[in-house]
Amino acid sequence: MTTKDIIKPENLVYAKPSVMNNNTMHYCPGCSHGVIHKLIAEVIGEMGIQDKAIGVAPVGCAVFAYNYLDIDWHEAAHGRAPAVATGIKRLLPDNYVFTYQGDGDLAAIGTAETIHACNRGENIAIFFVNNGIYGMTGGQMAPTTLLGMKTSTCPSGRQEDLNGFPLPITTLVAQLEGTRYVTRQSVHTANAVKKAKKAIRKALENSAEGKGTSFVEFVSTCNAGWKMSPAEANTWMEKNMIPVYPIGDLKDK
Amino acid sequence: MEQDIKLLKGNEAVAEAAIRCGCDGYFGYPITPQSEIMETLMQLEPWKTTGMVVLQAESEVAAINMVYGGAGCGKRVMTSSSSPGMSLKQEGLSYMAGADLPGLVVSVMRGGPGLGTIQSSQADYFQTVKGGGHGDYKMITLAPASVQEMADFTVLGFELAFKYNIVSVVLADGIIGQMMEKVQLPPYQKRLTNDEIREKYPWATLGKPANRKPNVITSLELDSALMEQRNLNLQKKYKEIEKNEVRYEEIACEDAEYLLVAFGSSARICQKTVELAREKGIKLGLFRPITLFPFPTNEIYAYTNTVKAILTVELNAGQMVEDVRLAVNGTIPVEHYGRMGGIVPTAEEILEVTEKLIAK
Ligand SMILES: Cc1ncc(C[n+]2csc(CCOP(=O)(O)OP(=O)(O)O)c2C)c(N)n1
Ligand code: SF4
Ligand SMILES: [Mg+2]
Repeated sequence: MTTKDIIKPENLVYAKPSVMNNNTMHYCPGCSHGVIHKLIAEVIGEMGIQDKAIGVAPVGCAVFAYNYLDIDWHEAAHGRAPAVATGIKRLLPDNYVFTYQGDGDLAAIGTAETIHACNRGENIAIFFVNNGIYGMTGGQMAPTTLLGMKTSTCPSGRQEDLNGFPLPITTLVAQLEGTRYVTRQSVHTANAVKKAKKAIRKALENSAEGKGTSFVEFVSTCNAGWKMSPAEANTWMEKNMIPVYPIGDLKDK
Repeated sequence: MEQDIKLLKGNEAVAEAAIRCGCDGYFGYPITPQSEIMETLMQLEPWKTTGMVVLQAESEVAAINMVYGGAGCGKRVMTSSSSPGMSLKQEGLSYMAGADLPGLVVSVMRGGPGLGTIQSSQADYFQTVKGGGHGDYKMITLAPASVQEMADFTVLGFELAFKYNIVSVVLADGIIGQMMEKVQLPPYQKRLTNDEIREKYPWATLGKPANRKPNVITSLELDSALMEQRNLNLQKKYKEIEKNEVRYEEIACEDAEYLLVAFGSSARICQKTVELAREKGIKLGLFRPITLFPFPTNEIYAYTNTVKAILTVELNAGQMVEDVRLAVNGTIPVEHYGRMGGIVPTAEEILEVTEKLIAK
């Protein structure tokens, strides 16, 4: 087959999701954020809810998420996305409202907003990108940084006596009556990507049914912050992150 | 028919007026001396009548961010708090200013700093009028001096907020929030439908239809040239507000040789001082700024030809006095008299201070 044949519409097996625009992404090559953006865009397109979806972007590497998905967005203050989403969803109960947050945003500065939105059972989807580090500000320790893991603010590795333990926020919110669907996913293999996409769809569908909060964690890489190649980061994540943050559903009511 | 004239606390009047003026949502966190606002709303259950949402948030931080979310959808949303809680809201207020969002905040001041006292104070003038959060921004600030004005300014605050896409603050204090007076409540106004919001506020995020670009509520702009332009646009808006929205009240000012300048509860006391002074033959007037931003700068300056001196009376260590001094620009003496920590001066006490100033 020549290139000309390959690009004929009838031979296309894969395309950029229509909800995603042509803006050049600012993410580092190999970063999990880009894949997760694409999956959310695909699901919104397939569900046909582009006109009803409202995203809330965090402060973190995904602060510019609104530049890539052609839907209405709010950019929230650091950690406040679940409160912003609460305000939106309470006033627009027929819309699909989701937050997209990193670990620093969701599980450090925004812990109260996260726990209480989940505990009230806000009918929103929370997409949580756990890369165990503050990517945006240059690789400082996050609440989810593993013990022994080196970052710029724990250069000899996270120590429990100094820094406390990695915070299993997903396990915590699964305990709350207000959450309906809590799951941990990843996007580092083709198979994982397929499962993660299903989880995103379920979370968004749930949010329309009014039965509580859906919470999807993506155990992720930050190859730049971890100072590894994308391939090394994937291997490191599998070996070190997933044992602490095991993949699978924690709750599905 | 429901009664339109009621005997209410200032805080209760805010709640009643909010429901009546088509407010879509209230988000708050309890703190004295303003908790009656949310309590009254919860008792009135407006979600069953007008559809207004009322939600107790987990903190003032969460409450103001819920307001940010609702406001971005073009909804009429509000919060209320008192001094320690207002400190926590500053982040959200700065973000709202940066994103040009309209909203209403009722701030019922108490004494500080720190946990301070639950008694009345006007010590958050600077925090409100000079922009307590980060960045160059301003909020329209209305200072009620009666329960009637608590109701009226709730309505006016929303109107101005949506006229300029800005946060309006009703800056009251514990006395105005807690005292009971007769109040004429505003007429009922329908809440806007989502279609009406789409029409009136094309920037609102109600979901992106196929025929328009995404709406994004954000204060972020990394290109310095564009960020400076955003700032210039804000300043232009503030200038416009300064031109159009100055409000004030003058009591016995026509022939005044001396002027008291006071806002809110202090102005109520000063009104009595003016009466006492007039009985003694002292030509004393009271100038009451109603809008603290925009401040009635020119209107105060106009008195510098006829008035010999000004005394500002505030429940603080001297905050508004700085704006009065800027207004008169050195032409006549301006002094300050303030009580703090929840102490409220008597009309006689203020008269004594005024007489000393006159004797100088
Ligand atoms: C109030 C406030 N504090 C601190 C910051 C600086 N800051 C920006 S992003 C960030 C951490 C983001 O980390 P995370 O949420 O894990 O997102 P990632 O970049 O890793 O995706 C911090 C501390 C800020 N913008 N606002
Ligand atoms: S710094 Fe890390 S999280 Fe941020 S874009 Fe780069 S790889 Fe992704
Ligand atoms: Mg992170």
